Amino acid sequence: MIHSLFLINNGGDLFLEKHWKSVISRSVCDYFFEAREKAVEPDNVPPVIRTPHHYLINIYREKIFFVSVIQTEVPPLFVIEFLHRIAETFQDYFGECSETIIKDNVVIVYELLEEMLDNGFPLATESNILKELIRPPTILRSMVNTITGSSNVGETLPTGQLSTIPWRRAGVKYTNNEAYFDVVEEIDAILDKSGTTVFAEIQGVIDACVKMSGMPDLTLSFMNPRLLDDVSFHPCVRYKRWESERVISFIPPDGNFQLMSYHISAQNLVAIPVYVKQNISFFETGSSGRLDITVGPKQTMGKTVECLVVTVHMPKVVLSANLNATQGTYNYDPVTKILLWDIGKLNPQKLPNLKGSLSLQSGAPKPEENPSLNIDLKIQQLAISGLKVNRLDMYGEKYKPFKGVKYVTKAGKFQVRT
Amino acid sequence: MTDSKYFTTTKKGEIFELKAELNSDKKEKKKEAVKKVIASMTVGKDVSALFPDVVNCMQTDNLELKKLVYLYLMNYAKSQPDMAIMAVNTFVKDCEDPNPLIRALAVRTMGCIRVDKITEYLCEPLRKCLKDEDPYVRKTAAVCVAKLHDINAQLVEDQGFLDTLKDLISDSNPMVVANAVAALSEIAESHPNSNLLDLNPQTINKLLTALNECTEWGQIFILDCLANYTPRDDRESQSICERVTPRLSHANSAVVLSAVKVLMKFMEMLPKDLDYYGTLLKKLAPPLVTLLSAEPELQYVALRNINLIVQKRPEILKHEMKVFFVKYNDPIYVKLEKLDIMIRLASQANIAQVLAELKEYATEVDVDFVRKAVRAIGRCAIKVEQSAERCVSTLLDLIQTKVNYVVQEAIVVIKDIFRKYPNKYESVIATLCENLDSLDEPEARAAMIWIVGEYAERIDNADELLESFLEGFHDESTQVQLQLLTAIVKLFLKKPTETQELVQQVLSLATQDSDNPDLRDRGYIYWRLLSTDPVAAKEVVLAEKPLISEETDLIEPTLLEELICHIGTLASVYHKPPSAFVEGSRGVQHRRIPPRAGSVESAESPDVGQSGSSEAPPAVIPSQGDLLGDLLNLDLAPPTSTVPSVQPSMQMGAMDLLGGGLDSLLGGDIGGSPSMGAGLGAAPTVMPAALGGAPAVGGGLGDLFDLGGGVGMPTGFYVVPKTMWLPAMKAKGLEISGTFARRGGIIQMDMSLTNKAMSVMTDFAIQFNRNSFGMAPAGPLQVLTPLSPNQTIDVSLPLSTNGPVMKMEPLNNLQVAVKNNIDVFYFSCQFPLSLLFVEDGKMERQVFLATWKDIPNDNEAQFQIKDVHLNSDAASNKLQGSNIFTIAKRTVEGQDMLYQSIKLTNSIWVLAEMRVQTGNPNYTLSIKCRAPEVCQFVYQCYEMVLKN
Repeated sequence: MIHSLFLINNGGDLFLEKHWKSVISRSVCDYFFEAREKAVEPDNVPPVIRTPHHYLINIYREKIFFVSVIQTEVPPLFVIEFLHRIAETFQDYFGECSETIIKDNVVIVYELLEEMLDNGFPLATESNILKELIRPPTILRSMVNTITGSSNVGETLPTGQLSTIPWRRAGVKYTNNEAYFDVVEEIDAILDKSGTTVFAEIQGVIDACVKMSGMPDLTLSFMNPRLLDDVSFHPCVRYKRWESERVISFIPPDGNFQLMSYHISAQNLVAIPVYVKQNISFFETGSSGRLDITVGPKQTMGKTVECLVVTVHMPKVVLSANLNATQGTYNYDPVTKILLWDIGKLNPQKLPNLKGSLSLQSGAPKPEENPSLNIDLKIQQLAISGLKVNRLDMYGEKYKPFKGVKYVTKAGKFQVRT
Repeated sequence: MTDSKYFTTTKKGEIFELKAELNSDKKEKKKEAVKKVIASMTVGKDVSALFPDVVNCMQTDNLELKKLVYLYLMNYAKSQPDMAIMAVNTFVKDCEDPNPLIRALAVRTMGCIRVDKITEYLCEPLRKCLKDEDPYVRKTAAVCVAKLHDINAQLVEDQGFLDTLKDLISDSNPMVVANAVAALSEIAESHPNSNLLDLNPQTINKLLTALNECTEWGQIFILDCLANYTPRDDRESQSICERVTPRLSHANSAVVLSAVKVLMKFMEMLPKDLDYYGTLLKKLAPPLVTLLSAEPELQYVALRNINLIVQKRPEILKHEMKVFFVKYNDPIYVKLEKLDIMIRLASQANIAQVLAELKEYATEVDVDFVRKAVRAIGRCAIKVEQSAERCVSTLLDLIQTKVNYVVQEAIVVIKDIFRKYPNKYESVIATLCENLDSLDEPEARAAMIWIVGEYAERIDNADELLESFLEGFHDESTQVQLQLLTAIVKLFLKKPTETQELVQQVLSLATQDSDNPDLRDRGYIYWRLLSTDPVAAKEVVLAEKPLISEETDLIEPTLLEELICHIGTLASVYHKPPSAFVEGSRGVQHRRIPPRAGSVESAESPDVGQSGSSEAPPAVIPSQGDLLGDLLNLDLAPPTSTVPSVQPSMQMGAMDLLGGGLDSLLGGDIGGSPSMGAGLGAAPTVMPAALGGAPAVGGGLGDLFDLGGGVGMPTGFYVVPKTMWLPAMKAKGLEISGTFARRGGIIQMDMSLTNKAMSVMTDFAIQFNRNSFGMAPAGPLQVLTPLSPNQTIDVSLPLSTNGPVMKMEPLNNLQVAVKNNIDVFYFSCQFPLSLLFVEDGKMERQVFLATWKDIPNDNEAQFQIKDVHLNSDAASNKLQGSNIFTIAKRTVEGQDMLYQSIKLTNSIWVLAEMRVQTGNPNYTLSIKCRAPEVCQFVYQCYEMVLKN
């Protein structure tokens, strides 16, 4: 199972190590550094690295490499999932997952890692159990701790660890019982030069925030459940009922969690909310080029497109951009070669346009590659797939909870080729 | 207020300070100090000196402090074993604590202390904890058994913990079950042959029940464990599949992939006409697609596995091509994998889309990716015939971009396209030639040279082009040198008049100035071919080439099957069997997909009998690297066969090389009058030298044809044990060992053919090269049944001696070609000369006398046969058994003189005089023969016969 974990920052400093079995010398990370060097970009480091005696499985999150060491045949996905879980736990505990925050909370981090794995076997990974075992730091608590000498380690056995619903602790009490669901859909799409959809799909998630007393048993149903043919559920969801009735029946964890994620790939169901007219060209001579981008609404279902941002990865030889935006602001970073045009709200009456010239490194040949455009956007009150929640019923408790559903559509990996 | 303050205490005397704080009376100060110690420890500082002080803090009611001390202990107990003993009592006491959390913590920590002395004390508390009333303690204890096993396996077995662990599989609590399975799986890895996880339908049922209720991680362990089970019948298989299917909708991708593994394996057993089979296939696609929307690292592992799944069952994802389209901000490792799968899924239905995508990728920034994309276009052309035209024009477009690496890759793949579709796209050669100068990579240069050589007759300035390469011959890589040599020879054969000088130049460069044996050997072969028989040379060098296979890079079916059973593991990421690389798994058993139910009596049993590999694509397809090697070496060794119809011609080509080419060149050797080929009258001096000095050439040829066989040393009825003639690694899995025997006047070649490859071998045939005594198979090679993997078959091949004759070096050398459905293989072996001693070899005394005198004394050879403990009569009898006949015996001064005669199959008489002195174990043998070169071999026969 998982033998050791090393945390390494972007600069190559190893700033934390944890061993769940015998200690493995940190020199094993040299193989990682070698691979890191070779990959140039941190994103491109291969996730599985073979060394003579170990395997290094790593993920890159928030500018930190989580490098785990395994010695025997262990499912790599298991390890990768687990590393992501560690990162998420840090995020959950400290509000962010950065080198500084990890160093600031090193003892809690160490305690957490100790609780999450035993001899490399996952032990407690559910957030609510961990929080019972080790309380997350708050300013108030650390002050109280300092004064009273009490600790942030729980004194009791976390009940959830034993029940068949390990995700929920017993004895939860709220004065206001509430359940909120966010249906968030992201459009992943590739559009070609002419605006034709090469590929499009929707990645949807339903995030829930349930703060309810006792053991509520919830059932969520949809107007159009047939849309969902590819779903992944939180362990709390009863799969059998989904299979037979197409409703989501579950006893929720306490607090925030992701109830389900789904995937809609049928191309005809994926509406593309905006179109992009673009022309980026470079001249054979004169070390310059021209850029002209217009964005307009396409299938927005009558909603407004907000937070519209266009990002262009320019070829290396582009030194600067002299452009004029009819709406929003643009910025060209000559170091990362990224042109960022922040448009804001899309006004269908007056389409935003960005136009002007690009100057290239003199004497450099005309760039061969075509820059790609990345679109970012947001549409409130709309799930672009048309998914709609019908109702939420609660059983098992007597109170009447507040309920709410929000929809939002975002651009995921939304890419326009030129 | 944060913990970062713990990092700042790097000044001198830090340890001293901490020591003082640890021994403080104030609880709070103590705790702070322990925290500081832990912080130092986490960043790798050595705080082991504080061991006694920290251990003193262990006796506390404060749970946090206790945990911190435990953390410390786990880290340093190894280096301070004596001190660690101090902690034992506290551990034992904590194991009895009323709070199960404390009990569990104690047993968990104790297991992490890797000190022998402590582990002894651990046994009793552990035994109690394994039977604890609280499941939390039990599940912790289960893992502890695995820890203990890692430290002291013997102890765990002696104490009977393994049995207790097995009992825990039936525990009422699903988490305990999951942890017990996990612990057993880990222990089983170091005990490959133990039946630790001996699964029966009852335990399977328990596992399936626990599967629904345990944590996501537990589900992974249970699913992986289930995958090792072999269901009794298709019904059981189906019921397991049904209960595993819901796991495909789990949010944890590792659970999903483990479930996919179980389903992929067990669905093999389901009858294909079952409705459920189709349903299951449909259910597999969405979860696999969903994996691709996860984080890139997860995607990578998923893609490596999908690559296997697509090879095994292309139907699952055949409509999902688009999800594999590459996004420009995918990490490179994801891009390359996606590209690979796109090619695998490419078909006539979607080729237009795929090509459009590939063309897009070819203009990306990342060089590696662009290269692979260009190569992929070529693979599309080869895979989907209808698209070939479009692919070629796409490649030409790309060549027009003049981007150096794009052009090079394009040329490499176009060469393959020429091979696949001969006489179709050669019109593009002109465009290719324009880019000759920009090629700087060996592979591209070699490909271009191959094209120029192959189509020399269509390229007006082929000679100039090749000559330009020749200038820097010695700086080129071997690949290019070999290719250049072949190409120029081809050119010469096509346009002999203008290129004599060129061919001589390259031959002398290859044979005289190079120290690369491959190059030299190939040079010599061509040289001799050209000089002795240009017609044969033409047939050999310009032989028709077999078509190349449709898809490259496919995993060998048996390996694929094994890998399917290892979906989700490291093996599946590396596409290698686990036995090949994982250190921890000493001797992993090879896993096989269980055969489909009912296949035994079903009509289609012959092919499903092979564990479902029947639907896999054709076997033995070279990987890309091999393919290229094969292509380049084509004119010497035909690559793995692809289309059966081309086999005859291919075999012809190969036999020609042995028969025609070698004959004449060795014939020339004997005759001593090398007949020079057309334009080679003025060959450089090395030529005759090489011809005269036969060993040099022989050596070269030996290399080429793997002159590996040992010298056989049998006598008439004495048959030497079989020796290895053809090792499996040189013959794509066919191993041949053999020997010769003479039985009742008939010469027999006894061979054992072993199939060490993964696929069945059929269509065996054998042929000999001409040899010194005209030995030839008297009948076909009788291998009636197909030779299945790992099967060995013994065959006896009768030989005749009226085949074509050619003198060999050494005289008793026999060059053999064996053909099967895969390829033609060559080896050479040596037979004992006694094989040829005929039964009517007894000469009349008078004739003997006359002949003896008649043969000039120069032809007499003398040998010593040492250490023979036989008297002359016994020796005489023994020799007679091998058709060495004693005609007369004379005794002079206690010395027996035996006069003997031998007749060879080709009517050569050999006369011998053997002197045996009583009491002296050394015989003196004088042999006289008109063909003195046989004497040596006759002597060897004497030696063997007398000593065995």
